[in-house]
Amino acid sequence: MEKYVQVENVHMVFNTKKGPFVALRDINLNIAKGEFVALIGHSGCGKSTLLNLVAGLTLPSDGAMLCAGREIAGPGPERGVVFQNHSLLPWLTCFDNVYLAVERVFGQAESKASLKTRTHEALALVGLTHAEHKHPHEISGGMKQRVGIARALSMQPKVLLLDEPFGALDALTRAHLQDELMKITAETNGTVVMVTHDVDEAVLLSDRIVMMTNGPAATIGETLTVDLPRPRDRLEMANNKRYHELRAEVLDFLYRRQLRPAA
Amino acid sequence: MNKFLKPLLPPLLGLLLFVGVWALVAQSSPQLPGPLKTWASAAQLFSDPFYRKGPNDQGIGWNILASLQRVAIGFGMAAAIGIPLGFMIGRFKFLDDLSAPIISLLRPVSPLAWLPIGLLVFKAANPAAIWVIFISAIWPMIINTAVGVNRIPADYMNVAKVLNLSEWKIFTKILFPAVLPYMMTGIRLSMGVAWLVIVAAEMLTGGVGIGFWVWDEWNNLNVEHIIIAIFIVGIVGLLLEQVLVLLAKRFSYE
Repeated sequence: MEKYVQVENVHMVFNTKKGPFVALRDINLNIAKGEFVALIGHSGCGKSTLLNLVAGLTLPSDGAMLCAGREIAGPGPERGVVFQNHSLLPWLTCFDNVYLAVERVFGQAESKASLKTRTHEALALVGLTHAEHKHPHEISGGMKQRVGIARALSMQPKVLLLDEPFGALDALTRAHLQDELMKITAETNGTVVMVTHDVDEAVLLSDRIVMMTNGPAATIGETLTVDLPRPRDRLEMANNKRYHELRAEVLDFLYRRQLRPAA
Repeated sequence: MNKFLKPLLPPLLGLLLFVGVWALVAQSSPQLPGPLKTWASAAQLFSDPFYRKGPNDQGIGWNILASLQRVAIGFGMAAAIGIPLGFMIGRFKFLDDLSAPIISLLRPVSPLAWLPIGLLVFKAANPAAIWVIFISAIWPMIINTAVGVNRIPADYMNVAKVLNLSEWKIFTKILFPAVLPYMMTGIRLSMGVAWLVIVAAEMLTGGVGIGFWVWDEWNNLNVEHIIIAIFIVGIVGLLLEQVLVLLAKRFSYE
């Protein structure tokens, strides 16, 4: 397996007022180019912490992290991040929000016209051409999240990092965006790491599910390869025996072996 | 009832009540001129607002403009220094800690306490008055701008980090627009303070200006004019506030 993203022996310790807090320990994870990996676990298990480490927003206390052969020493445009709460700048239009990212990555080498074309293309990819000139407060939550995805994709990242991107959306919108994400990653053959707590989302979208134990000092409990053929169809999956087996395995891990006492 | 008139009715009633009470009080106190007498005097005063009969006898228009000019200069300098300072204090923890004792110590000082220092340093009344405006208007702008910078949602700064934006882009695309509403609050508070203080400062420094004019009319025992001055100060302050509210609305993005 080609190691595109490498996480080796990573430990993450936060210094809190009550002393050091071990969030993650002994994390070893290799992700291949073009692979879609889902990180799943109960809340507080450090899955978002792991994603932030890959994003470079936080640096590990110990261990090594590499992306495409280079050490991850901070955030970079080769790793596009989609945040849970869209994080669009409210004073910029959808177009300008995406353009900000495009300009940063391609502004040195390309003309203004070409930057604009890239921005239009990214918004077209998520089906938002009609809302280009609207401000974030004028569009729905699902549309905002799509702009967030367009912004991340517009940088042509080597890895797309998604932090519970559909967590705040209603079930129908979520399903719709999951289908679109599947289509986009199939077209671009992108490498994706997605944090989720939705078992169906993990099984439907990913090639591999990384299941994390409960924190503190969380680590990878088990990984599960999702051997379902692509393209996958949501309705077909409802009657697919293998889908339900995989789903049962994740549920078993989460609710039998890693059951949390009621919070 | 016309729906445009209906919301106007309570405020009009309030004003009418105010004038009524004033008239009643004036009836029983011969020193205090009533509304009608004051109105007549105001009509006369504003019939020729821009005359000049020497340095100490100028039209009411000139006095208002002179005060506005002092406020504009003092307030403008306070904004030019206070807003960038607020940004730096908000952005860098060290500067915040450094300036915190100075700001907490100097902010509660009554504005007029600064006047002797101004007179001492500038050796002239006019710059001393401007200095008082400056020093009393600067605090709300520093503090509100710094608070605005501190309250920028972490999400926006994460966007800046993930997109790897330059410091200049962070300032123009994230910091400045995010802080603008807080800054506008600071500017409004400062303007209010500046306009409050100018009357008192001019009473002490003299020259041309609405504050000096009040003092001069007191010396002439022209009570009508003092009452008119109170209304002028109130109305001009109200107008300044409204202009800034409009400006703030223009800049809000929600």
